Amino acid sequence: MAFDSFSAFIAMEGHGPYVWACYAVFFILMIATMAGSVRSRKAVIESCRRGYEFEADRSKVAASPAPSASFTRVNVSQD
Amino acid sequence: MWQFFHKLGSPKWFFGISTRFMPWLLAGGIVLLMAGIIWGLAFAPKDYLQGNSYRIIFIHVPTAFIAQSIYIMMASAAIVTLVWRMKLADVFVKAVAPVGLALTFLALFTGAVWGKPTWGTWWIWDARLTSMLILLFLYGGVIALDRAINDEKSAARAVAVLVLVGVVNIPIIKYSVEWWNTLHQPATFKLTEKPSMPAEMWVPLLLSVLGLYLIFGWLACIRMQTEILSREQRTRWVREFVLKGRV
Repeated sequence: MAFDSFSAFIAMEGHGPYVWACYAVFFILMIATMAGSVRSRKAVIESCRRGYEFEADRSKVAASPAPSASFTRVNVSQD
Repeated sequence: MWQFFHKLGSPKWFFGISTRFMPWLLAGGIVLLMAGIIWGLAFAPKDYLQGNSYRIIFIHVPTAFIAQSIYIMMASAAIVTLVWRMKLADVFVKAVAPVGLALTFLALFTGAVWGKPTWGTWWIWDARLTSMLILLFLYGGVIALDRAINDEKSAARAVAVLVLVGVVNIPIIKYSVEWWNTLHQPATFKLTEKPSMPAEMWVPLLLSVLGLYLIFGWLACIRMQTEILSREQRTRWVREFVLKGRV
């Protein structure tokens, strides 16, 4: 240990605020970058999944047999 | 050899192999970085001239060093993009530029905070600091240019050219402390000489550099995977990966 006590470690002989400010900013920015990268990977996977499921639903609707009476054929979506 | 080169360019192959490496990169990086930082903060002896403020070195040097080496890697990837049109090279440039920006900012910030108690000023327009600020703007420029061009191929080429033009800044950063009179101290590590510090100081520094390097490797992998997934979402393997969870 380079310091006699914990309070000496925090104070760093007056240089504490400088040292700890650097380390705080370093950890905040690194963790934010890492967490952001994990989150955007998850978001891309989720949006792909939604796209594929949407496509699958649509192709299912298209593949279903057309009813015999023409007036029941209302596959047109309003949205 | 050519087959390996070809494989390396395949996004699917990269996706599979990087998934296997990523946990090791992350775990190794965190362990080494934390070991280096704790050793440096609590156990390394204090500097006879600068006192305890020098303990900022254990994050200042890793961030500055890796910020520059990311740029060199980006420039190599830019050559590959321009010459061989390899998709993965362009994916790399886009994925790591924001990491480079963050690390350059951290190097400048920690340097400024270290400068206050050591030099008596937060900022001075000297060669090392100014060339590092230009690196920050280069990273910002690369990100902005990429976002400004919608077409993927033209964006890749434009970004590659910008990265290559900017690489001239790297030797300027490196030699700025030797060519000009500057407040900044000369390099801590040189390949040709023994470090001027005692081992209790440079070993933790080396650990934190290696640790941050591994964390950068993990960041590069995960960010490249994100870019690959969004570019290749029309392919069958991405579909299978998303729906079944395997490559």
